[in-house]
Amino acid sequence: MSFVQGLKCRECGQEYPKEPLHVCETCFGPLEIVYDYDRIKKSISREKILSRPNNLWRYRELLPIDGEPRAGLYSGFTPLVRAHRLGEVLGVKELYLKDDSVNHPTFSYKDRVVSVAISKAIEFGFDTVSCASTGNLANSVAAHAAKAGLNCYVFIPDGLEQGKIIGSAIYGPRTISIKGNYDDVNRLCSEIADKYGWAFVNVNLRPYYAEGAKTHGFEIAEQLGWKLPRHLVVASAGGTILPKLAKAFKELKRVGLIEDGECKIYAAQAAGCDPMIQALKKGTDLISPVKPNTIASSIAIGNPADGYYVLQAVRESGGWGESVTDEEILDAIKLLARTEGIFTEPAGGTEVAVAKKLIQQGRIPRDESIVISITGNGYKTLEVVAHSVEKPFRIHAHLKDFDELYLQLTQPSSGKALAGEG
Amino acid sequence: MMVRVRVPTPLRKLTNGVDEVNAQGNNVRALVEDLERNFPGIKERICDESGKIRRFVNVYVNGDDIRFLQNLETSLKEGDNISIVPAIAGGV
Repeated sequence: MSFVQGLKCRECGQEYPKEPLHVCETCFGPLEIVYDYDRIKKSISREKILSRPNNLWRYRELLPIDGEPRAGLYSGFTPLVRAHRLGEVLGVKELYLKDDSVNHPTFSYKDRVVSVAISKAIEFGFDTVSCASTGNLANSVAAHAAKAGLNCYVFIPDGLEQGKIIGSAIYGPRTISIKGNYDDVNRLCSEIADKYGWAFVNVNLRPYYAEGAKTHGFEIAEQLGWKLPRHLVVASAGGTILPKLAKAFKELKRVGLIEDGECKIYAAQAAGCDPMIQALKKGTDLISPVKPNTIASSIAIGNPADGYYVLQAVRESGGWGESVTDEEILDAIKLLARTEGIFTEPAGGTEVAVAKKLIQQGRIPRDESIVISITGNGYKTLEVVAHSVEKPFRIHAHLKDFDELYLQLTQPSSGKALAGEG
Repeated sequence: MMVRVRVPTPLRKLTNGVDEVNAQGNNVRALVEDLERNFPGIKERICDESGKIRRFVNVYVNGDDIRFLQNLETSLKEGDNISIVPAIAGGV
């Protein structure tokens, strides 16, 4: 049973039927799913959700499918980690990490949006799925397409990390690498989507796809015991997830799953690509596109399609945003790994580094609940940290050799001189 | 001065389904006016009430976003390729 009534333009309000459409024919504004919340409220309950399997479809009434879920039956429901050690370093009382670096099957938040998009692509009867991607999305689309037996083409910019390239190729899609940055890929894909009859998850299926991001927010609330955190820090690139988290929190209240409660949402960007933070600080709605220059390739989007809605959601929630340098990102990746045992990619490093900065600035108070979203996995981007971690010490398999090494390692001020060999 | 313009799906109802059209103008502003002469109604789809390019419309001249050039004043030369593209999302 579906609770979806149709599509509606977020800008001019024009309504459309449930079809693979993504922009308003009148004003080019993005289309949004319209739900029948009154009927959902009557149908959904905490008990019903708790009785379902631990995947993102436990919130299916608030997701835009008509039939049964067709993809992502193991995606979502990632851990909400209580981060005592990182919290201590940051000087805050109640810190959690929403850890999508272990999302199934491709280790990023993208498995959420793709689960919904692929389900919808099958409902619409497409036989080929595709995407414009900075890497994680391509991984997820390729994996889900393989599982669903669909043809798959993924489009990525030149210069991505090996883990992201091979992490798609292994599933057998055709990968097309574009000589340019993500914004170039995006432009080409919107033209290809126009010409070929494929399901581009983040082009013609975008209204459905983007709804999947809400499940990150639903889970946070459920895992906190059906309440919202006071503060949430999440990365922004194209601008999909942040406004959808704001929407998720509103929907939970609208359908009676949580009582009142407000969550301030903070946008995290890399200094080498921070068009939204610049607009936020200038107090404007106009986002000037930038040419990205950062190690955080998964969030290197200089022309964010949904940037306007990020600004709106951040401001409406009473939150804020910050950007951090590549050096701060690398430090934060290591800090997270060394305090919480979680290895994230530079996008996650950006989220941790921005949280740290906002706490230091006093923007985020130290005595209220804070969630940092960890949106991607560090094992895909080994190159970026390869030169900033200790190399192994090579010795022969003799106890004497280890005894000597151990002595040196444990003597104060000996560490650096002993740098191991590659 | 003749340039080629790629027309996105949402605007093709105005161009009789054609996905690429010829148009004239020595800058983007003049080009939009020329398109309006040949395909009445197309200007209000591309530009808002104040005449600026709409928030969710991207215009590219030979692959470059006109916001990195001179916006509506970006000059055009014979044979340039213009793309009108709705904004689309990606990344986090």
